[in-house]
Amino acid sequence: MTDKGRLVRKSIAVLTLGCLTALPASAQTVKERLPTCLACHGENGQSKNPEVPSLGAQQVFYVTVQLLMFRERMRVVDPMNDMAKGLSDDDLRSLADFISKLPAPQPPDGPVDNARIERARTLVEKNHCNICHTATFAGQENVPHIADQREDYLIKALRGYKDNSRRGYDAAMADVIEPITDAQILDLAYYIARVK
Amino acid sequence: MVRYQSAGLLLAGALSLLATTALAQQQATPAQPPAAAALPPGSPLIGRPDNNPAAAKLAPVPSPPLATAADKLPLDKLKAPKGFEIEVYASGMPNARSMVLDDKGTVFVGSRLQDKVYAITNKNGKREVKVLVSGLYRPNGVAFKNGTLYIAELSQISKIDNVEDKLDSSPKPTVIYNDLPKDEAHGWKYLAIGPDNKLYFEVGQPGNNVLHDSAHGQLRRINLDGSGAEVIAFGIRNTVGFDWNPKNKELYFTDNGRDWLSEDLPNDELNRITKIGQDFGAPYCYQGDIPDPDFGWGHSCSEFVPPVALMGPHAAALGMKFYTGTMFPAEYRGQILVARHGSWNKTKKFGGDIALVKLNKDGTVKSVEPFITGFLQPDNNYVARPVDVMNMPDGSILVSDDWNGAVYRVSYGSKKTAER
Repeated sequence: MTDKGRLVRKSIAVLTLGCLTALPASAQTVKERLPTCLACHGENGQSKNPEVPSLGAQQVFYVTVQLLMFRERMRVVDPMNDMAKGLSDDDLRSLADFISKLPAPQPPDGPVDNARIERARTLVEKNHCNICHTATFAGQENVPHIADQREDYLIKALRGYKDNSRRGYDAAMADVIEPITDAQILDLAYYIARVK
Repeated sequence: MVRYQSAGLLLAGALSLLATTALAQQQATPAQPPAAAALPPGSPLIGRPDNNPAAAKLAPVPSPPLATAADKLPLDKLKAPKGFEIEVYASGMPNARSMVLDDKGTVFVGSRLQDKVYAITNKNGKREVKVLVSGLYRPNGVAFKNGTLYIAELSQISKIDNVEDKLDSSPKPTVIYNDLPKDEAHGWKYLAIGPDNKLYFEVGQPGNNVLHDSAHGQLRRINLDGSGAEVIAFGIRNTVGFDWNPKNKELYFTDNGRDWLSEDLPNDELNRITKIGQDFGAPYCYQGDIPDPDFGWGHSCSEFVPPVALMGPHAAALGMKFYTGTMFPAEYRGQILVARHGSWNKTKKFGGDIALVKLNKDGTVKSVEPFITGFLQPDNNYVARPVDVMNMPDGSILVSDDWNGAVYRVSYGSKKTAER
């Protein structure tokens, strides 16, 4: 596990222990699990935890698919498999619905590197990111909302698609990421984390 | 300014018949307008015209990832001719795809987007859905012979011996063949055992419209132990359904035509193999008479074997079977039933039905007509999408639906309940 992974794991362990109940995640109802979800992912759709994604305004279809993949272990990610364990299909639907209604994440404050932004804009057009993810990067149906997602999470996700360590429900991201270099991934993540 | 329109477009991210490739080889660059040259070779977007709002709306349609509850299945929307009945055989199998029946009445169902092979057991008329095995990679193809279940994943064929003894024990399949490319585009497989006791499966063309190496765009067969791999046929873009004519053992297969040529062309194909080594045209020639605008230069469609039937524009003709029962009226017996999953690359969708293909005595096709309809509704939306058709011993047929994760049974006459 990477250092960052260890840090995330530790933060999650601390937060989980700070949670209300001592039951293992898989024994809890959706309602009981939600505080733990929000402890990591942020109460207002905005995650303050390294490499833990913001969930605000996420597409219902997309959330359903990701939770399904965690439940079925089609994606193996600590601690998400435990968090999704034992959830019924209806639980997935209601969680997805709840998450989609959280406020959209906001871009970080501070000066931006305009040269990077321009480089990234060119990449977006060339690779048609804005077709599936739409011009505002709000996504649609099975394509996620990525606007103002955490930069470190975007990097992690794109790298995961590139080296196949992250499995997509279908092959779309694996395919589009194929010609993109790591340096370009960094620029793309920088830009998308800051779209206004 | 953003070049492409983005209104309502569900694209390469969608769950599609044309999923894109992750590991496309370097191929001869197709003659594309410069803006599209950046698209990876497997992308279903290649060829889509720029600055065309109608075209910009077309993208593969994502199927719901969770199975529809049994009481919410759209049975009332599915229509069959007078005398036929449609009922739910089983449900709760997300992304239910190809099917096979074993010798004890168990139906195995593969899946393309999820990781499971399901088993529908049938004990004394009581049916139950189980997950036979999970953790597989696009296990779309299933076949059965002499107690052994065979599974075709994206890039490997495996087996489970004595599967009936292992229905509740999460058996681990043994790989018997994996000399296969790993391309996502058209990589999922249909699997069937021929009269020659060999396993047949395809390696699809690794992109919508691409030149490719000699390991793609073909139908292969191997022995049941995985040995003796041979290529049977070439020039196949993507077949997800094939079956042998009981009369003369000739193999017929569906083939999905390319996208982004036009709204109404090309048709999907139904082809017939009459000898080993035939070339059916892709990507040089589609539907027997359309030279491809990119790759057809210097070729003639007469070099290739034309289809025996046109299955409709972008219809997504998938699983097919020769109807071998006697329950249905005489006009159905010995004819072919084809699941048309339904189009995405067409503004007014086409397909979403089971088609009846009637044959002449010489094996050529007399007619293609809709048989069971309603999967695609008049409002241009899917309520279900058929993937495979299967004969049952009592003469009824099963139809799988990957939109709802269900299997339907279609019967004729007074017998309504599914019996062995």
